[in-house]
Amino acid sequence: MMELDVIDRQLIVLTQNGLPLTDQPYHQLAEQLAISADEVMQRFRSMQDQGVIRRIAAVPNHYKLGYGFNGMTVWDVEDAVVDQLGELVAALPFVSHCYQRPRHLPDWPYNLFAMIHAKTAADADTQILRVGEVLEGHVRSHQVLYSSRILKKTGLRIAS
Amino acid sequence: MLTALEKQLLNDYQQEFPLTERPFLQIAEALSTREEVVIKAYQQFADQQIISRIGPVITPNHLGASALVAMAVNEEDLETVADLVSSYPNVNHNYERENAVNLWFVLMAEDESRLLDLVAEIEQRSGYNAMRLPMLADFYINLGFQLEWNDAEFG
Repeated sequence: MMELDVIDRQLIVLTQNGLPLTDQPYHQLAEQLAISADEVMQRFRSMQDQGVIRRIAAVPNHYKLGYGFNGMTVWDVEDAVVDQLGELVAALPFVSHCYQRPRHLPDWPYNLFAMIHAKTAADADTQILRVGEVLEGHVRSHQVLYSSRILKKTGLRIAS
Repeated sequence: MLTALEKQLLNDYQQEFPLTERPFLQIAEALSTREEVVIKAYQQFADQQIISRIGPVITPNHLGASALVAMAVNEEDLETVADLVSSYPNVNHNYERENAVNLWFVLMAEDESRLLDLVAEIEQRSGYNAMRLPMLADFYINLGFQLEWNDAEFG
């Protein structure tokens, strides 16, 4: 956890809905904050180096691109191998996120989460089998949870 | 139908959008087209919500505390509890999932103690228990999710 200075924070708040789509987006931000465009770019670089922001990127909307089957797969694997297995699962091309999370026993024994994205139910089934193969011999149980409704969705945000 | 150029614009800049004076010009040069064509294409993607944005992707848990929270809510109460959860500005994703544990949301707060307070408050106001599932490890590989194209679907 870390603190951002006021200008870094303003930069994130100004761009969390997106950079201005103009020929010089960083200049436009610089004008709004009364600093130079070089400083804007330097601050973004520095926030990336510190790990505050992961990257600057075009963020696609999976649903609009035809990916209707977005499954949260959850697995109960041995803690001793979760790191090693997590890296392998994260490297699969259809996995967008892969996390270790705490179990809530007895109801919720799953400690490894991987998000998969497919255009058809059959593709999703193939992907889940593939994750199962990668985890072979270490899985005690698993489930797949599809979203039936998006009730709210914004990017990860900070308060302005 | 997406053109070859549009596919490249969507696929190739999910990991690293240029941090340069004229980022769209840099992309245009890499893809042998003109800057205004690139800007217009991204503007259309944004208008059609094909991209949610071009911008910084914040690393979870670097700015304050966050956790995935899950609740098993009876069907007849789901609408009310979902609305209650969504009403918190601290909640940025809220999904209904097909499972006994059917309400899943991401909660953010300034720090861990405020996060715990919020979970307790949501439990108290909703009358349901909430499982707090913070990220313990993020197996993040910088390859990105590879989009697949099937042009028939974009007709």
